[in-house]
Amino acid sequence: MIQHERAESRAGWMFITPALVLIGVFFVIPVLGALVLSFTDFDIYSIGNPADTRFIGLGNYRSLFADPLFWKALRNTAYYVVVGGPLSVVVSLAAALLVNARLIRWKPLFRSAFFAPWVTTLVAVALVWRYLYHPQYGLLNALLGLVGVGPIDWLGNPHWAMPAIILMSVWKNFGYNMLIFLAGLQTIPPQLYEAAELDGAGQWQRFRQVTVPMLGPTFVFVGVVTMIAAFQIFSEPYVMTQGGPLKSTLTLVLFMYEQGFRWWRLGFAAAVAVVLGLLTLAGTAVQLRLRRERVV
Amino acid sequence: MPPVIPRLKPGLGTSLPLRALHRRAHASAWGSALAISALALCTCTPADSSNTLRFWAFGREGEVVAQLVQDFEHEHPDVHVRVQQIPWSAAHEKLLTAHVGGALPDMAAMGNTWVPEMVTLGALAPLDSLVHQSPDMDSTGHFPGIWATNVVDGGLYGIPWYVDTRVLFYRRDILARAGYARMPETWPEWREAMRAITRVMGPRHYAIYLPLNEWPPQVILGLQQGSPLVTPEGYGAFADSSFTRAFAFLVSLYRDGLAPPVSNTEVANLYQEFARGTFAMYITGPWNIGEFRRRLPAAMQQAWTTAPLPGPTGPASGVSVAGGCSLVVFRSSRHRALAWELMRFLSRPDVQVRFYRLTGDLPARREAWRDTTLATDREAQAFRIELDRAVPTPMIPEWEEVTTRIMDQTEAAVRGGASPATALEALDRDVNHLLERRRYLLARRAPDAH
Repeated sequence: MIQHERAESRAGWMFITPALVLIGVFFVIPVLGALVLSFTDFDIYSIGNPADTRFIGLGNYRSLFADPLFWKALRNTAYYVVVGGPLSVVVSLAAALLVNARLIRWKPLFRSAFFAPWVTTLVAVALVWRYLYHPQYGLLNALLGLVGVGPIDWLGNPHWAMPAIILMSVWKNFGYNMLIFLAGLQTIPPQLYEAAELDGAGQWQRFRQVTVPMLGPTFVFVGVVTMIAAFQIFSEPYVMTQGGPLKSTLTLVLFMYEQGFRWWRLGFAAAVAVVLGLLTLAGTAVQLRLRRERVV
Repeated sequence: MPPVIPRLKPGLGTSLPLRALHRRAHASAWGSALAISALALCTCTPADSSNTLRFWAFGREGEVVAQLVQDFEHEHPDVHVRVQQIPWSAAHEKLLTAHVGGALPDMAAMGNTWVPEMVTLGALAPLDSLVHQSPDMDSTGHFPGIWATNVVDGGLYGIPWYVDTRVLFYRRDILARAGYARMPETWPEWREAMRAITRVMGPRHYAIYLPLNEWPPQVILGLQQGSPLVTPEGYGAFADSSFTRAFAFLVSLYRDGLAPPVSNTEVANLYQEFARGTFAMYITGPWNIGEFRRRLPAAMQQAWTTAPLPGPTGPASGVSVAGGCSLVVFRSSRHRALAWELMRFLSRPDVQVRFYRLTGDLPARREAWRDTTLATDREAQAFRIELDRAVPTPMIPEWEEVTTRIMDQTEAAVRGGASPATALEALDRDVNHLLERRRYLLARRAPDAH
């Protein structure tokens, strides 16, 4: 009996070993490496001569917390997470409800159309959006002009640049969450809606009392994944604004990238990565706790 | 929204040398962005036959140099040169990653502000012994300030290919309306001329355009006052009296309404505003000669020209920055002699003239300046004068990051209302923090020198 169990567990280990090795080589070791790196002053001089590297303890973290640019990047990232995250969830839920509605025809067409931005290359999308946002010739300002709103320098004005980035990235990314919501919606048994209808529930009540509770687990997943992605926002500001104007779209990852690969201060950049990782972890924990209390 | 791993680096703002600050990069950046991703995939297998020379050239010059290289191959039938054209925006990163990955080519053309960094990495081969063997290649044919940007710790690591400095572009007609037949040569007169311009042009017009996100004006004014900017010991010298004088002069231009307190992203079309007379002067580089000719209306063409920069006390002190692009050989190259032959070829005055005609880039060799198109070009003359006076910026790997701090503190003083003294103290603090590592290494290496 024990022999048999041992053989079974050995087989089990053999099955998961490839996965463990992959996780170890490509995740655990690099993460530990980054952690060690964050306690050193590894930089361009170290690339020239590795022996010049020093262990400086928490030095990187101290200069990080004393760097106004870090706090600026943190504020910008928080702005993006707090505004862009929920907006993205709401938009994708709305889109999912829309393409799931019984009255809509050509559903597959709409599904593909809504999903198309998500699979399109960001650089191509950004190029088009830069035209849309152009202060003089942009479509967006032309439309605003029709209703008498003056031209907005979307990407050149420090107050508008982040909203512009959020708008674009919500449009770019809502398709993925929409698919998840769609899958969630289709698992809700139609009997529940029928029963609610018999009880006299209107459209809104059915949405509030049936759809939303039944989508609870989907919300948790979408919320967490969206938040993690939002914390890591990089490509959009990198391609659209380079963090400008006046650092108004400098995000944490962009800050980390500049420190690491523009100035080659890799030790310092690793410290930023560690802080970002801890922040994301904390955000995820808080969100899971909130959901658990409210939904389940 | 699952995490998106960034793969493209089309950075308009990534580290560019002085030479490559130009807006021309804007137009091609998107095309480049796509090209880079393609490049990233296909540079991995060098065909390393014994007479193949791999040459990285950045930007538009990389396309043009391929034509010149054909002639070189004609002269050396047994040699094959593979020119790899890489966009400026990807250049710096690519050089560093190639160095770390052991994938550097035999030679490259790079912004001369990168030379100290590449020397620090130990990536460049010293050229002193090669120059000794080829008397046609020594420093006498070059502008001294530009040559000096290739000398690190007494060793020569690059040969200037084309050069760049900053001069004053200005509206002659506006200056004449203000009562000046020609550009003044000292700071006090210059300021008076600017005052006169704002008087005759009225509100919403400025004498000079000094974008807050361009560093050369601050640095040039500091160099004109004799500031070292960064001391040899690795400390910022910005709160010293020399730079303080320059900075006070600069800030007063904004405070007196002679310069608009804006960055260049806030000016939609520089050429249009210049044609409108929104500002009458602009400190910029040689690529703008072509741009001004192309983009200003025909009627405006006789109304503008260039002038050497005024100095605090006169022409001799009107120095400017020594920018440009240098040819270098990598230490890892097994074809140093061959690479040196190509460098000699590209430095030949007749080839330099051809290169100038193809690109508009100003030649590094003085003989090439005798070429008739260049010698009779009115706007190029200010550059020739200024090139003789050009001085290098501090030759440290951190220089580019130092320039970002200079811009930050200029903005703090001009827009944020900080006093010049406070801003400069903060600047020194920032720069000292930045150079802490350099000082540690200097101290560590000092005993080795004995």
